[in-house]
Amino acid sequence: MPEEVLQQASPGLIPGSGSARVAKVTRLSPSFISWLQAGPMMLVFLAFFLIPLMFVVIVSFWDYNEYQLLPAFSGRGYTDTFEGCIAQLPELCTIAKTYLKTLKLCFLVWAITLFIGFWVAYFLAFHVKSKTWQMGLSLLCTIPFWTSNVIRMIAWIPLLGRNGLVNSGLVKTGLINHPLEWLLFSEFSVVLALVHLFTFFMVVPIFNSMVRIDKSLIEAAYDAGATGFQTLVNVIIPLAKPGIVIGSIFVITIVMGDFITIGVMGGQQIAAAGKIIETRVNALQFPAAAANAVILLAITFLIITMMSRIVDIKKEL
Amino acid sequence: MKEGRPRSFYVLAIFFAAYVLFLYGPMIAIYVLSFQGPQGGLTFPMNGVSTFWIAKLFQGTGIVDLGAAFRRSLLLGIIVMIVTVVLSVAAGMAFRRKFKAQSILFYSAIASLIVPSIITSLGISLEFRIIDDLIKAHWNENFETSMGLLTSGLGAHLTWTLPFGLLIMFAIFNRFDPRLEEAARDLGATPWQTFRHVVLPIILPSVIGIGLFGFTLSWDELARSSQAIGAVNTLPLDLQGLTTTVTNPDIYALGTVISAVSFTVITLALGTIHMLNKRQAAKGSDAGKGLV
Repeated sequence: MPEEVLQQASPGLIPGSGSARVAKVTRLSPSFISWLQAGPMMLVFLAFFLIPLMFVVIVSFWDYNEYQLLPAFSGRGYTDTFEGCIAQLPELCTIAKTYLKTLKLCFLVWAITLFIGFWVAYFLAFHVKSKTWQMGLSLLCTIPFWTSNVIRMIAWIPLLGRNGLVNSGLVKTGLINHPLEWLLFSEFSVVLALVHLFTFFMVVPIFNSMVRIDKSLIEAAYDAGATGFQTLVNVIIPLAKPGIVIGSIFVITIVMGDFITIGVMGGQQIAAAGKIIETRVNALQFPAAAANAVILLAITFLIITMMSRIVDIKKEL
Repeated sequence: MKEGRPRSFYVLAIFFAAYVLFLYGPMIAIYVLSFQGPQGGLTFPMNGVSTFWIAKLFQGTGIVDLGAAFRRSLLLGIIVMIVTVVLSVAAGMAFRRKFKAQSILFYSAIASLIVPSIITSLGISLEFRIIDDLIKAHWNENFETSMGLLTSGLGAHLTWTLPFGLLIMFAIFNRFDPRLEEAARDLGATPWQTFRHVVLPIILPSVIGIGLFGFTLSWDELARSSQAIGAVNTLPLDLQGLTTTVTNPDIYALGTVISAVSFTVITLALGTIHMLNKRQAAKGSDAGKGLV
């Protein structure tokens, strides 16, 4: 096979392929072609992702004053961030509280999206038999992903607001006397919106894992006398695990770094890991923002490494 | 296995329907509310039906300069789409054989997808600030900034769209039959002819899918743009800015207009994909037609 590929890209290279050797046009070597093909994308990632990440780390160790960056080594970005963490013990400092809250939101969203995502994918993969219907219904789940997140957030306002549909409905039926205040601009609405926006990231990988499951395995389990529940736990869930892990990585990293949904749906009142970075940037405290980004990156990386222990991502794509 | 549908089918069908309602319900609510009457408020019930709020947007009397932001977002979206398609197809071809730095590119793409957007955005903004400082210090004191829609903004969007493009290319070539290329080569086609006349027509529907992702992801992008777009705003940024201040339905009208563009693009792309697939099914094979 390698020789074949080589031959395809550059017949002149392989000794013995006589006719090619007389070809007048000098062919490019295969590795050069690969570089030409993959190089541009690599350059984009280098210029707009890898180097920027490096700058985040470097700048997190710079000094700053009210209005500018000072390129001199300083740990101030970090000491400002962790201010009071030791002095206030056993009380938790701001940053620890913020991260605990972010992790809590993250866990809630993860659990709910996993539940919904799993059963939606299960329905699509095992209960929808016709390929056309499967395509159509998957598309139905995908289309909102192609529309604006902010619009999908503000879409909740007429429903959850003080005079929104839910409140007026509940008041009319006499279940409550006063409109519920915690429906909008609260942790509840943040979790609701995050689930609404990002269940898609669970559905797709779990569905992909599930459609690859050989149906005869399920029949075999059935023939061997397994109940539906036993088949689910012992056959389907283990085989869908790669999808579950990939979906979980997506959802967890999105929620850990989110500042827009938490900002809009929390009425700009809820602190979160991503929000701190935004606040610091708005105050032009770039080293402090960068230090917070490094901390967030480290925690996200930790979570991903723990999860990718369970499954080899590269093999699954 | 049993004939007929098991009870779990009906339970899950209802669950699925509820999920779809959950997905679309709120969106439909704001599309309806954007046609509020002039006296209408932010919630139901409707106070008359009119196109007052949508018309108001286009008159430019609203809070945002919709026209300019609209054109900027559209321009950026189209450029991002083109670059995403070209770079993804090229890189996807490269991944079909081994090359050095293959896993570096792969892991860069995955990392770019899952590193929180705010970090990438902050990094790009720092990078451009440092470049600006260097230019000011060494070349031109009056230099303003290198940050902008088509420099840092474009880069920020590409870090989000390219990973999707690459992953779609992987999916395409996973089920691509290489014998088709071998056949073309045996018939004397050059590598370029093979790509142009054999590979490209086959993968074209999926390539349009990449374009669809490229445009819509850029059109709605927010988190990565937030720090890296420079002085001007894109449409989603304007919309986000409105969420904290607006008290009347023009925010819904703006949402409806943005969505209308998204839905037009989605319909066009899906329609084209459907048409191409049909054409492929009809003309793709000459099996059974005898020797030509």
